[in-house]
Amino acid sequence: MTPLIEAKGFGVSIGGAAVLRGLDLHVMPHEILSIIGPAGSGKTTFLRCINRLSDLVPDLAVSGVLTLEGRGVFAPETDLADLRRRVGMVFAVPIPLPRSIYENVVFGPRLLGIRDRSRLDAIVEKTLRAAVLWDEVKDRLGTSGTKLSGGQQQRLCLARVLALEPKVLLLDEPCSGLDPISTAKIEEALQELKPQLSVVLVTNNVKQAARSSDRTAFLLMGELVEHGRTAEMFTSPTDTRTNDYISGKFG
Amino acid sequence: MKKETAIRLTLLGLAMSTVTALAVITTFILKEGVPVMFRQGPAQFLFGTEWRPSAEPPVFGVWAMIVGSFAVTAGALAIGFPVGLGSAIFLSEFAPRRIAGLLKPALELLAGIPSVVFGFMGMLVLLPWIRAHVGGPGASVLAGSIILGIMILPTVISISMDALRSVPRSYREGSFALGATGWQTTWRVTLPAARAGLVAAVILGMGRAVGETMAVIMVTGNTVQIPRSITQPVRTLTSNIALEMNYADGEHREALFATGVVLFAIIMILNTIANAVSRLGRRS
Repeated sequence: MTPLIEAKGFGVSIGGAAVLRGLDLHVMPHEILSIIGPAGSGKTTFLRCINRLSDLVPDLAVSGVLTLEGRGVFAPETDLADLRRRVGMVFAVPIPLPRSIYENVVFGPRLLGIRDRSRLDAIVEKTLRAAVLWDEVKDRLGTSGTKLSGGQQQRLCLARVLALEPKVLLLDEPCSGLDPISTAKIEEALQELKPQLSVVLVTNNVKQAARSSDRTAFLLMGELVEHGRTAEMFTSPTDTRTNDYISGKFG
Repeated sequence: MKKETAIRLTLLGLAMSTVTALAVITTFILKEGVPVMFRQGPAQFLFGTEWRPSAEPPVFGVWAMIVGSFAVTAGALAIGFPVGLGSAIFLSEFAPRRIAGLLKPALELLAGIPSVVFGFMGMLVLLPWIRAHVGGPGASVLAGSIILGIMILPTVISISMDALRSVPRSYREGSFALGATGWQTTWRVTLPAARAGLVAAVILGMGRAVGETMAVIMVTGNTVQIPRSITQPVRTLTSNIALEMNYADGEHREALFATGVVLFAIIMILNTIANAVSRLGRRS
């Protein structure tokens, strides 16, 4: 199998300061890769490069290779809107748009020009079910997305990304502000989504990485220290820094 | 401790001076202006179209001036708001930092140009152009609208920019991450979220246009009449006061103060609406 995302010697600098150095990492189809590491290790920066939200950061420069389905993400011919539809992203802080639950979910499909009401209705039900939110909101799709609880808002954000049927889902510490029950629901949704897409999960929560990912990568100060199958890495890490981090000695 | 109290009281006094000035001006205008309105009959004063201060007995009706002020203001908004909003969107959403850095000071400079200079440019350049290419005497609603449209730009642009910039960056990122382009994000997410601030920009721009005097006197012709087309001259409320105060006395002078009362009321209403709207926007 060929990797879906592949980084080779990939580096990022912001205003001349290196944030990521010589990263070699790949994501296979239908797997959940978690990226762990302390704050400032470059996890989020890497994530934002995959869907080119990095373009919004002034003075950001990249080096090396980053490909999605074999095509260079930073190639000049990349269509940003198309790239971002194939690579969905959920942020640390859930940010529903200030409109109804329904309109939040169909925001992406509407941009694609889908107007047929029954098709949109079907998308809303399917994605809200996939995000384990449907039963809680099916009777009030017209209320504002900002009125939901934090955990519900995050699942709404997940649903609206799924409405675009992405190949990859990027999650940037999606559960950092959530209670354990909401976190469990998000993790449940991820497992059910695995047959359809790949997930890159950036998390500060080492236990979450251990619970829900197939492989784990450990970043420290912009460098990839170690990566491998989650089960192996958490039982017998090869690098002492990895061991120190996952056992809670720093971070 | 003593010193602290003294400083606090001094600062309180300084802060109160603004309120005091407002109170003094308000009382004075009302005291001077309101009696003549009632002698004339409030409805007659507000909706009468005759303004003949030297007739026997004199007739004071400011309706033509109210219409004139609103006509020129509406025209100024029709010109100034699209241009101003477009500029604000460009500066806050699309402009590379270097270009924004050049345009922002230029805008502040525009705000600093004295209004008599605007009027002067209007008389020299705009009026002959209108006479030659649009028709009429030149001095007109149209000329006032164009000049005021340019004069309200700094107000409209800076308030619109504040409104757009106060939309959380995360809204834009969320929209971009869903595959929206820059314009789709602006149109479907940023502008609706900034709606309240944009309304405030319109209303404060209106306030600026209603209150402007010098430039308006110089380009609108100042005839007391209800304009039938945009090429006809008009007189605004502010012009009425500024033009006649020099030689007015007695009841005529009081009637000019009464014109001030009307102006004052209009501006108070506009400011109250602007405040209410932006407060509503912040809550939602």
